[in-house]
Amino acid sequence: MKSAYLRIRGLSKRFGDLVVLDAIDLDIPLDSHTTVIGKSGIGKSVLLKCLSGLLTADAGEVSLDGAQGKFPQCSYMFQQNALFDSQTVWENVALPLREKERISKKDLAQRVTALVEQLELENAVDKYPAEISGGMKKRVALARALITNPEIILFDEPTTGLDPERKFAVFDMIRSYRERFGFTVIMVSHDVPEVFGITDQVAWLDAGKIKYWGSPEDLKQSPPSELEGFLNPKLSSQSSAA
Amino acid sequence: MIGRIGSKGISFVSELGELTLFSASSLSSLLKGRHMMEKLVRAIYEIGVRCIPITLIVGLFTGLVLGLQLYYVLTKFSSESLLGQAVALSIIMEIGPVFTAIMIVGQAGSALSAEIGIQRNAEQIDALKTMQIDPLGFLVSPRLYAALICFPILTAFFDIVGILGGHLTGVSMLGVDEGAYWNRIYESVSLRNVRDGFIKSLAFGLITTAICAFQGYFTHTKASVPGARGVSQTTTRAVVLSSIAILSTDYLLTSFLLEK
Amino acid sequence: MNQKRTEFAVGLFILVGILAILYLAIQIGSSRILGSDSKVVEARFSNIGGLNEGSNIMIAGVKVGVVGNIRLDMENLVAMVELKLNNDLVIYDDAIASIKTNGLIGDKYVALDPGGGGFELEEGEPIVDTESAVDIESLISRFAFGSLEEGE
Repeated sequence: MKSAYLRIRGLSKRFGDLVVLDAIDLDIPLDSHTTVIGKSGIGKSVLLKCLSGLLTADAGEVSLDGAQGKFPQCSYMFQQNALFDSQTVWENVALPLREKERISKKDLAQRVTALVEQLELENAVDKYPAEISGGMKKRVALARALITNPEIILFDEPTTGLDPERKFAVFDMIRSYRERFGFTVIMVSHDVPEVFGITDQVAWLDAGKIKYWGSPEDLKQSPPSELEGFLNPKLSSQSSAA
Repeated sequence: MIGRIGSKGISFVSELGELTLFSASSLSSLLKGRHMMEKLVRAIYEIGVRCIPITLIVGLFTGLVLGLQLYYVLTKFSSESLLGQAVALSIIMEIGPVFTAIMIVGQAGSALSAEIGIQRNAEQIDALKTMQIDPLGFLVSPRLYAALICFPILTAFFDIVGILGGHLTGVSMLGVDEGAYWNRIYESVSLRNVRDGFIKSLAFGLITTAICAFQGYFTHTKASVPGARGVSQTTTRAVVLSSIAILSTDYLLTSFLLEK
Repeated sequence: MNQKRTEFAVGLFILVGILAILYLAIQIGSSRILGSDSKVVEARFSNIGGLNEGSNIMIAGVKVGVVGNIRLDMENLVAMVELKLNNDLVIYDDAIASIKTNGLIGDKYVALDPGGGGFELEEGEPIVDTESAVDIESLISRFAFGSLEEGE
């Protein structure tokens, strides 16, 4: 299982003079949950966008287990869900299949119905995104990401702006669906203590480099000195006030 | 000062290049996408059907005013019988294509610019990319083709209603001879005039729709502020630039088309 | 249901639109395309002042054709005007073509008297008996200086 991994080598991205990613090397195992943490604005989302192809990296390469060319199917979960607000939930979920695959109306309906039921969205299929709750929107976005049976789903700060209770609900949702569908999660988050509960690996991104890589347990037990300020919100708020 | 003019000029030229590439790749992506007919129908509904009322109203009043104005000019030379010719030629060659295009930009162009701009800000365009759906084919291409269909049709509506409007003031109210009105039209308007009018409307349709879609599509880089105000900025710019483009293209095309 | 209504509206729009375009092109634009089945006669004028390609040709006020190509005969410095006439029209060698004006400032047109005596004009043979455009300015000046009777 652990043999397959996403190999990132020398990934660099700069905007003008600002170096955001400075030759990043990272091996992300598949069939697990990896979380990239770091301060806001440090370039976590840029890393994710480079992985998904939304941004073109200046240098470096991403490959699957050393084998080039056959890149696994990726889906992307946006911070604000990025649902099409003039389309119903059903149309939103069906969109990737309808637009990309030659599929009969019947098969399409079957696949959408099955997925919508699994994500408990049956009652919302004819509603528009504006008419459903935030948590449901997340599920709709997840359904849209899952409809193409991706191997990897990239989550861009799925819990931004949510209260702690909702945060846990979203993390819970990600964990339970990951268990059920068996996809790889690469997530970007700055909800630091909370995210340790669901993630298998943590990568700490700072100043364009991966400064720490390991399991959350190790990180909690023996945090590297330079990470302490980030892990302890009190300390960091004091230092930023000073 | 000179440096600033120079850099403005360079950015104008490069923007023109971007716009051209943008429209070319949108036009070419029609066949790559799926369910294009459905999107085309939707776009024709928005650009064409929705613009019928405004086109008819403006066309009618333009014809009425032209009938009135030209009557008083022509009556000075006791040549009222030329009214039909004057109204029809000015509408078919100039006013029809230009006014129709400006009306469609106001109604449909601004709407599509704002819509695409909001979709950009809501990351919907990025979402399409991550789903490997070509955003140009999905959002822009059907609208460009719809514009190429709708602009000439609406221009034809405008022309006919405008000529009827001129008839209403000239013949029904001011007493120009009905036979003279229509005969002067039939005799003076050539197929070439009609064709030139439609060439103009095709050009306006392509250019304005490309500008409106372009401004919305790149609202995140073109506007000086992000978010809702950015979209309002690019939408305004889309309408202003489209109007300028209509009138300057009209001048260019007129000078080319009048050349024998 | 909604989709069906949109489709119907769009279909109707395009249908009516095509009709409108055809109306403009056929009814208003070119009711008088005289194709290849027109006969071409040339007429020689000393002054065509204001006559254009596409101007009308009339007999007794009835339209019988349009003016075709206009060129200058370099040798004699006269204008050679192509007259595209309805095919069934018979023109004789004593035909008279005059350039007249529709109203005071109206369009110029060619008034044709097909003639009657003599023999039929062959295609390509010019009409030599012509009246050129009336020069309004010189008419007015002659009127102003009281020598109108000398003119006509």
